[in-house]
Amino acid sequence: MFTSSIGKKYLMALSGLVLIGFVFVHMAGNLQILMGQEKINAYAHALQSLPLPILWGSRLFLLAAVIIHAITAYQLVKENRRARPNQNYIETTKRAGLASLRMGLTGSILLAFIVFHLLHFTIRTIYPEYSEMMTVVGSPDSNEIHDVYSMVLAGFQHTWISVFYIVAMFLLCGHLAHGVSSAFQSLGFRSENWRGKLELTAKAYAWLIFTGFSIVPLLVLAQNWGIITIFDITASTETLASN
Amino acid sequence: MNLDSKIPEGPLADKWDNHRFSSKLVNPANKRKYKVIVVGSGLAGGSAAATLGELGYNVDCFCYQDSPRRAHSIAAQGGINAAKNYQNDGDSIHRLFYDTVKGGDFRSREANVYRLAQVSTNIIDQCVAQGVPFAREYGGLLANRSFGGAQVSRTFYARGQTGQQLLLGAYSALSRQISAGQVKMHTRQEMLDIVVVDGHAKGIITRNLATGETKAWTADAVLLCTGGYGNVYYLSTNAIGCNVTATFRAYRRGAGFANPCFTQIHPTCIPVAGDHQSKLTLMSESLRNDGRVWVPKNAEDTGKNPNDIAEADRDYYLERKYPSFGNLAPRDISSRSAKEACDEGRGVGPGGRGVYLDFSDSITRLGESAIRERYGNLFQMYERITGENAYQRPMRIYPAIHYTMGGLWVDYNLMTTIPGCFALGEANFSDHGANRLGASALMQGLSDGYFVIPYTIGDYLAKSGAGAISPDSPEVKEVMESVRERVDQLVSSKGKRSSRSYHKELGQIMWEYAGMARNEKGLNKAIGQIQDLRDDFNKNLLVPGSGDNLNAELERAGRVRDFLDFGELLCRDALERNESCGGHFREEHQTEDGEAVRDDENFAHAAVWEFDGDGKTPDRHQEKLTYDNVKLAVRSYK
Amino acid sequence: MKLFLKVWRQDDRNDEGRFETHTLDNVSEDSSFLEMMDQLNEQLLEEGTEPVVFDHDCREGICGMCSLTINGLPHGTENSTTTCQLHMRKFEDGDTVTIEPFRAKAFPVVKDLVVDRSAFDSITQAGGFITVRTGSAPDGNALPVPKDDSDKAMDAAACIGCGACVASCKNASAMLFTSAKAGHLNMLPQGQAEKDKRVLAMVSAMDEAGFGNCRNYGECSAACPKDISLDYIAKLNRDHAKAKIKSIFA
Repeated sequence: MFTSSIGKKYLMALSGLVLIGFVFVHMAGNLQILMGQEKINAYAHALQSLPLPILWGSRLFLLAAVIIHAITAYQLVKENRRARPNQNYIETTKRAGLASLRMGLTGSILLAFIVFHLLHFTIRTIYPEYSEMMTVVGSPDSNEIHDVYSMVLAGFQHTWISVFYIVAMFLLCGHLAHGVSSAFQSLGFRSENWRGKLELTAKAYAWLIFTGFSIVPLLVLAQNWGIITIFDITASTETLASN
Repeated sequence: MNLDSKIPEGPLADKWDNHRFSSKLVNPANKRKYKVIVVGSGLAGGSAAATLGELGYNVDCFCYQDSPRRAHSIAAQGGINAAKNYQNDGDSIHRLFYDTVKGGDFRSREANVYRLAQVSTNIIDQCVAQGVPFAREYGGLLANRSFGGAQVSRTFYARGQTGQQLLLGAYSALSRQISAGQVKMHTRQEMLDIVVVDGHAKGIITRNLATGETKAWTADAVLLCTGGYGNVYYLSTNAIGCNVTATFRAYRRGAGFANPCFTQIHPTCIPVAGDHQSKLTLMSESLRNDGRVWVPKNAEDTGKNPNDIAEADRDYYLERKYPSFGNLAPRDISSRSAKEACDEGRGVGPGGRGVYLDFSDSITRLGESAIRERYGNLFQMYERITGENAYQRPMRIYPAIHYTMGGLWVDYNLMTTIPGCFALGEANFSDHGANRLGASALMQGLSDGYFVIPYTIGDYLAKSGAGAISPDSPEVKEVMESVRERVDQLVSSKGKRSSRSYHKELGQIMWEYAGMARNEKGLNKAIGQIQDLRDDFNKNLLVPGSGDNLNAELERAGRVRDFLDFGELLCRDALERNESCGGHFREEHQTEDGEAVRDDENFAHAAVWEFDGDGKTPDRHQEKLTYDNVKLAVRSYK
Repeated sequence: MKLFLKVWRQDDRNDEGRFETHTLDNVSEDSSFLEMMDQLNEQLLEEGTEPVVFDHDCREGICGMCSLTINGLPHGTENSTTTCQLHMRKFEDGDTVTIEPFRAKAFPVVKDLVVDRSAFDSITQAGGFITVRTGSAPDGNALPVPKDDSDKAMDAAACIGCGACVASCKNASAMLFTSAKAGHLNMLPQGQAEKDKRVLAMVSAMDEAGFGNCRNYGECSAACPKDISLDYIAKLNRDHAKAKIKSIFA
């Protein structure tokens, strides 16, 4: 099923669709940070308290999607380079946009970003102290839970990290702008009749994801530069200090 | 020269049936013991190779292009005739037969033409089943249109790309046989000679155009499906690579060449724009269904914008001269009328060699979208070449050499005067007489390949028995040597002039003296000029590079060399045929109003030329044409 | 007009290849690109050099033989145009024009600008046909074909097999060609019986020939002289999935 050139495209499309859906859910979850410490902490806690099979099932499923997407992409790129060993003296295009031409580049950077992001906020090896951030704010009972709110704010205190996140999200935007419509094409669900609409939707979706994700680091940066005051930074500095 | 046409006994309508019954069959188990060589992969060659492969013969098929799908049949635009009578408008096999014989100005063989009309209906069925996307009505049934010279709608079409679609159909059938291992396809190979052993065709010599290798191939029969010789005129609607070499080499080895002077001028081509021109582009004749042909009444109006010329100042000369056929008058008539108008100084466009084909009435009547639907790709093609928009400004058209009715003489079995050597499609002479009707070339190519040769070759093979000789046998080697010598001689020509310049000059001579109108003085002059040109070619030709790889100049030099000989033959035939008929118009033989005058008493025959050695005048033989089923009439399209 | 030409020369498949530059004067605006090449070759002959070899035949945009990459684009910058239909009025006096062969591993260079496109033939041989013996066909009108289907089949069948889709694709993918060939037959009722088999066979022949993978960015369709739509690629993807799933449960 997945061994032919077209089969590999199915793999790319299917794993891509999983990730396309995931980023939306992830973004929607993230945005709860704008509703305060209690909301986001409670949400994060609820997610982590899911029954183990469901929690790890989804994690592995997503991980598998990323791995399949990346490995298949690697194979495809290798085959593609082999298929066209010599370049034209002038490489010109008539229709293909930058986003579609640079899927490999954006994809590779995104993969690096995902690894960094997991090490940063999920496994927390970059800043092990994030694991120590505990609070009762948002907890369903009186037990202390992980203070995701403070961790995120702390995480974006470093300007270079925030910038990296925003840049990565911009690349994700580009990746999605071509990827969403392309996934439909690979699965055979696109036609010239509605390609225009589909591509427009894909672009809108890509920008929505970009905005939704990058707004958090952007606002943190803005607050650090004294432009606005939204977040309760004290909460995170206190938590850090108390540990 | 034995010119027994082997027309079967019996009434016209039963001849083909009788013949199929009396032909010997090759036992199915024995078919694989026979090898057949097919040269050319167009409609005739492709369909023949596919069908013979399907029957179980071992077929080797050759083409000079890089793929069999590129043969020039692909460029036919308008359509294919068939006596289906789907339109209920009075068509029948007999009517198609009659129209073809009459259209050919009574210079074709009755029995062959009748068979062609008979199998025409099978061709459509076959092509539909192969997936040829013919135009359809909204009910899902096949659509038809009427086409140049016909008063019934019997032409099937696939937009303006009918030839392409039919060829792709044949190519798909051929591809199926190639993958089944029944046909071996040899691309980029040009046939340079035929091997005749004990009077029978036993193989060919080819040159691999990519590697320069000359090679001998042997078989039990050789089919030449190599198209026509229109490129002897340099500028024609043929593809650049089309050439006469295969059939001309067969002629030199003993095959009679019939009626070379029967060439067809197509009335609706894009006029010549300048000296750089390498070919002429045809606009499908179907355009004449909706376009009206005119020139300004007064020579002084020719420089004006056509849209500024008042209706009263336009001369719709075809409608005026031929009221019942009007713009659909046969090709030779409309071509000559265009020439006359231009000769009177009323031609338009560069050099005054063009007439208008005007769609404004049809656009008003049917709307631009209907015209776009019918001819969109042709209008687009026209705009690309001329930079003019034909929806807003009448097209300019002018006649050009398009098709050649003459070719290797074949009997009813499509066999040439060399036993075992067959000629199919445009390469033979049989069905179109002195003039071919529109949409009949595709019909004949496919008829020969799908439905005639599979029966007639069996009879020959069954009688001669299997026994392809070895490619190493001395007879083969001798021919091979002569081919190598010829190639070496060309490669070592390091004179001053390119083969293209010779070709161009030959074309000018041919067009001037053996084009739309011919006369004795001009033809004699042409023969002399061609001989001089040939002498010059032999002395001053320049062929760069070597013969052991892709060398386009060498290829062209070889083809032009044969055209130089062939052009002379054509002129000689035109000179000897002292009458006007169909595409052959001798100025000495015309009525007062410029119509062709046939001489049935002296020329109701096919002229068959027999090669007699280099530098010698070939012998002219005759196959008497008898008409038992139609009355020889003066063609009248008034 | 005067042109500066940068032309690719390569002796054979194994040669590295190189560019050669030539200046050509008095090019007529009305001449086609190939006629300009003829003029170049006549000039080279006079100069005593070997002319450039390039593929061409019908010179009216239908045989699919011509195959030049002009300024980085197969058949040049114009839409819906083959090289032979490209006219010099589209260029400016003094332009530099770069002329290269179609570049793809599956299309090895034979010499100069000539490439070997027989990989396309092998895709067709794998399944680009309807199995019908000569003489065994039912009446042409026995099977009505909805006009719409027939028109769409014709749109696909208009493919001239030139290979511009492959040459324009950064991955040298042959999906547009293969999908047009399969799509033409799959769209018609006559083609249904062998549909699944055809799709699987043609796709695997395409893969074996060494073409790259489709990236869905549509350069092929933009370069296609016959404007074959990306819909056929979507359809091939769809038909291939169906055929694969059916083969699993068969």
